[in-house]
Amino acid sequence: MSKGPRDKRMSIDDVVGELRSGMTIGIGGWGPRRKPMALVRAILNSDLTDLTIVSWGGADVGLLARAGKIRRLVYAFVSLDSVPLEPSFQKARQEGTIPEVVELDEGMFQTGLRAAAQRLPFLPMRAGLGSDVLVNNPWIKTVESPYDEGHGHEDLVAVPALRLDVALVHLNRADRHGNATYLGPDPYFDDLFAMAAERTYLSVEQVVDTAGLTVDTPVQRLLLSRMLVDGVVETPNGAHFTTCTPDYERDERFQRAYAKAASGSDEDWTAFEQRFLAGDEAAYQAAVREFQEEQA
Amino acid sequence: MSITRADVCAAAIADAFADDGEIFASPMGLLPMLGVRLARLTSNPDLVISDGESLFLAGTPPLFAKADVVEGWIPFRKVFDVVANGPRHVMMGATQVDRHGNQNISAIGDFDRPKRQLLGSRGAPGNTVNNRTSYWVPKHSSRVFVEQVDIVSGVGPARAKAAGPAAARFNDIHRVVSNLAVLDVGGPDDTVRLLSVHPGVTVDEVREATGFELDVPADVPTTREPTPEEQVIIREVLDPKGLRFKEVPQDA
Repeated sequence: MSKGPRDKRMSIDDVVGELRSGMTIGIGGWGPRRKPMALVRAILNSDLTDLTIVSWGGADVGLLARAGKIRRLVYAFVSLDSVPLEPSFQKARQEGTIPEVVELDEGMFQTGLRAAAQRLPFLPMRAGLGSDVLVNNPWIKTVESPYDEGHGHEDLVAVPALRLDVALVHLNRADRHGNATYLGPDPYFDDLFAMAAERTYLSVEQVVDTAGLTVDTPVQRLLLSRMLVDGVVETPNGAHFTTCTPDYERDERFQRAYAKAASGSDEDWTAFEQRFLAGDEAAYQAAVREFQEEQA
Repeated sequence: MSITRADVCAAAIADAFADDGEIFASPMGLLPMLGVRLARLTSNPDLVISDGESLFLAGTPPLFAKADVVEGWIPFRKVFDVVANGPRHVMMGATQVDRHGNQNISAIGDFDRPKRQLLGSRGAPGNTVNNRTSYWVPKHSSRVFVEQVDIVSGVGPARAKAAGPAAARFNDIHRVVSNLAVLDVGGPDDTVRLLSVHPGVTVDEVREATGFELDVPADVPTTREPTPEEQVIIREVLDPKGLRFKEVPQDA
């Protein structure tokens, strides 16, 4: 019998079991779009702490900040799109409960991941020059171009590599080996997160046979190769309440309920937490179905 | 039907994009989106516009319309390529703008412990040192127009020059359009200058609503009124539901 590539299927708990306190974790997706929320929810219910979170942030950042899991946050923005300002993140910043914050320009963020992906210490870039991104992060240096192109030697930002211990990403489909496709409008940066990380754990709406990955969508959508993936978890509705187009769009009603509870009193938040976040993923999905039936 | 302030703002925003040629117009927010689409249907049909998500649109659909012919793909990763490459004019919002045309969308107060956390810097630092950038301020007040912004997200010309040629080469703060006036950064030492006041607004009103000493030329013209063609496009094609009045109220 011929040997195929490894079967990397695992459970949500298996993924969390691979994480350690103090790790640097990159979270894929973008703002409130295709976030690996099932994995984030599992971190909320773990003992993990002192995490460095690297994210184009949405509710993933808000929830982890609210739960006191973040020691250091690297972000360019945190937004829920239809709710422009993320209330849990706002609260954490205004109360000073995230010990260390690194706010970057969003293009710098991509460049930092690229540097890590290419195993370079930094990459040069214009973005950040003249702005308070450099003032508030004095450890980020500039670098002088060795070339004089007629207007002198340009001083550019030396965007430091954003190296990750682990990347967590959510896609639409994967095979059991970690080859994966996104089916929505935008790959975001999930491949870059995977390349910047030592290890990548992928959650997907559906695990299919390898042949199934390309039956109804072009090969250009195969964003992740199994070389980049260490574990595959099937988590249907696992990006909820963010978008996972075309499987589902954002659950705006739920997001509003989240934002209302997060910006309300401590009692409001506790009630939300008890109802939705106190149990495992199956309990969450059951509570969401119940919420949706109430709202229908 | 009389010409509303929102319509004047839309035309002023359209004018900011009139001479841009074939570049990616990136409006952030409702009035900027209306103004850009108005420009595309009138003064600058070569503008490239997107659905705000990942598609370049071949047509010029009404605000928030879902369907249109697609002429290209612009996922976020490619937006950063366009920013660095340069053929783009972004009109961003601004929680604060200061006398030197610096902008803040990050947070209010001290960065380490902000009084009010906002979005974060988003793409403002990169936009302002790479491509043409304008700002839209729907409520002109001394809370927005401040002597010095709390956190510099968007870089004005003086700070860009101080940071060296790499920052200054492509820094191009083009216009600040508010509900009261059109401004730029062409005043002495790259400071904010009044270009025109909207019909019904006086220069003194703008001065009073600005928290720093504004450069006011001897003769300040009135912002032009939208043409009848533009009015029809705004009211009947791009924004028949009057969404613009949520940003700039009809009776203002």
